[in-house]
Amino acid sequence: MQVDPRVSARIARRSQAIDGLFRTFCAVCTWTGIAILFLLIGKIVYEGFSGLDMGFLTSFPSRHVERAGLKAAIMGSVWLMGIVALFAVPVGVCAAIYLEEYGKAGRVSNFLETNISNLAGVPSIVYGILGLAIFVRTMHMGNSVLAGGLTLALLVLPVIIVSAREAIRAVPPGHRTASYALGASKWQTTWKVVLPSALPGVLTGVILSLSRAMGETAPLILVGAASYIASTPASPMDRYTALPIQIYDWASRPQADFRDLAASGIIVLLVVLFLMNAVAIFLRQRFLSRLKG
Amino acid sequence: MTANSTMDGPGSPSVARRRVAEWFIERSLFLCALLSVFTTAGILYVLFGQSLNFFREVSPLEFLTGTRWTPLFRPKSFGVLPLVGGTAMIVVIAGIVALPIGLSIGIYLSEYASPLQKKIIKPFLEILAGIPTIVYGFFALTFVTPVLQKLIPETEIFNALSAGIVVGIMILPMVASLSEDALRSVPASLRQGGYALGATSWQVSLSIVVPAAISGISSAFILALSRAFGETMAVTIAAGSTPKLTLDPLESIQTMTAFIVQVSKGDTPVGTVEYYTLFAVALVLFAITFSMNIAANRIQRRYREVYDH
Repeated sequence: MQVDPRVSARIARRSQAIDGLFRTFCAVCTWTGIAILFLLIGKIVYEGFSGLDMGFLTSFPSRHVERAGLKAAIMGSVWLMGIVALFAVPVGVCAAIYLEEYGKAGRVSNFLETNISNLAGVPSIVYGILGLAIFVRTMHMGNSVLAGGLTLALLVLPVIIVSAREAIRAVPPGHRTASYALGASKWQTTWKVVLPSALPGVLTGVILSLSRAMGETAPLILVGAASYIASTPASPMDRYTALPIQIYDWASRPQADFRDLAASGIIVLLVVLFLMNAVAIFLRQRFLSRLKG
Repeated sequence: MTANSTMDGPGSPSVARRRVAEWFIERSLFLCALLSVFTTAGILYVLFGQSLNFFREVSPLEFLTGTRWTPLFRPKSFGVLPLVGGTAMIVVIAGIVALPIGLSIGIYLSEYASPLQKKIIKPFLEILAGIPTIVYGFFALTFVTPVLQKLIPETEIFNALSAGIVVGIMILPMVASLSEDALRSVPASLRQGGYALGATSWQVSLSIVVPAAISGISSAFILALSRAFGETMAVTIAAGSTPKLTLDPLESIQTMTAFIVQVSKGDTPVGTVEYYTLFAVALVLFAITFSMNIAANRIQRRYREVYDH
C-alpha cells in the first residue's frame, strides 16, 4: 500500500498532539482533585481560625457565640473512642486471627469473608438504625454514650478485621513453621510469634478505623447523641454529644456566627484526625521496614 | 511455653489440658468472627421486622409507587418515590462529577505518573478520602452554594446541585484508586503489543488498557455510586428537606438518608406509623446499596478470572 509520506507524517503529528492533550487532561484532573482539597481546608481555616482559643476548647456549648465551646463534644468523642477501642479492637483482631490462621479456605470462612465485605458497604446510617433498634430500644441503653460507642464499634468492625488480616498475612510463613518446629502449639505460635510481628500493622488499622469512627455523624444522630448538653459523661450510661454532632448543630443554624463556630470545630476535628493518621503512617513505615529488614 | 510442657509425652495431663485450651481458644476466635454474621442478621431482622409494622398500615404498593411523601403532616401520604428521586438526582450529579475525573486520575496514576508524582498525589487523595462527610456538608453550604448562586441567581439556598457536587468530590478518591488498581492489573504485554503496532500512549490507554480493565472499572463505578446513595450528612445539610419529584437540580429536595435524619431528630413517638417510616425508608436504601455492592463484587470476580493465568 502506498501512503503519501506527507499524509502519514501529518497523521503522526496529529496523534502526538492528541497524546499530549490527553496526558495534560489527565494531569489537570489529578491536580484539580488536590486543589479542591486545599480549597476546602483553606476555606475552613479562613472562617474558623479566629474562633480558636483555649476558651473554645474548655467551654460548654452556649446560646452565646462568644462563650460557646467544645468541652462536652471533645469529652464525648473521647468516651466514644474508648468504648469503640475496648469493644471493636479485641473482637476485630480475634476475628482476623480466626480467618487468617484457623479457618483458612473453608466454606465457612468464605461465607464469613463475603459477609464482612458486604458489611463494609452498608451505609453508616443503616448502622445507626441497627443501634437504635437493638442498643437504644431493645437493650434499654437509651441515649447513652455506651449505645453510641457500640454502634460505632459495629460500624468499624469490618475495617479493623480487613486491616488486621492484611497485617497478619504479611508475617512470613517461615516464622510459623519455625515455631511449630520448636513444638509450640497453634495458639502459642499465634500469640507469641505471629501477633507481635503483626502488631504495628494491626495498630495502623486500628487507628485508621478509630479516625473513621471519630468523624461519623449520621449513626450518632440516630442513636440520640444530644446536640445541646452542658455536661461531660461520668458513666457509660450518661448522655453525650460528639465533635461531629456539635459541628452539625452549629453548621445547620442560620446565623453566620454559628457557622464560623462550626468551622472552628471542624479545624479541631481535622487536626485530631490528622494527628491520628500521622501516627498510623509512622507505624506503617516502621512495620514495612521491619518486615523487609 | 515452659520447659516442663515440652518434656511431657503425648497423653500426659498437661498435653491434654493444652489441647482443651486450644480447642476453647479456637471456638472463641470463631465466635468473634461470627459476630459479623450476627451484625448482618441484626440489620436484616431490624429492617424487615420493623418495616412490617409500617406495612401493616400502608400498603407496599402505595409505598413503592406513590408520588407524594408527607408522613409528618396531614394529609399523610406515603409514596417513597420523591425520596428515591431526590437521592437518584444526587447520585447522578455525583456520578457526572466523579466518574470521568476519577477515571482520568486513575489513568494518570497508572499510565503516566512517575513514582515520585505518585508518592505526592496518593497521600493527598487519601486525605481527601478521610475527611468526614460533615465537613463536606459544611463546604457545600458555605462555599459551593454561594458560588452557584452567583453563577445562577435562581439557585435556592438548599439545592441538589451543590450537594451532588460535594458528594462527587467525596467519592472521587474512591473512583480514582479503585480504577487505578483495575488499570494496573492489565498485563504489560497488552500495552507493549499496542506500542509495537505503532499506537501512541493515549491510544494504548483508551483503546487497549481501559477496555481490558472495563470490568474492574465498572465495579469501581458501582461501588462509588452505591456510597453516594448512602451518603447522609452532606445531603442533609446542603440538599434541603423538601421531598419532591423534580428534575431541576437548583431546587431543594430530600434524600432517603436526610429524611431518616429528620425523623430521628424530631420527637416522633415510638410505635407510630411515622416512626416506622424510618425503617421502611432504610430498607429501601439498604436494598439498593446491597444489590449494587453484590453486582460490583460479581463483576469484579469475573474480571479476576480473566487475568489469573
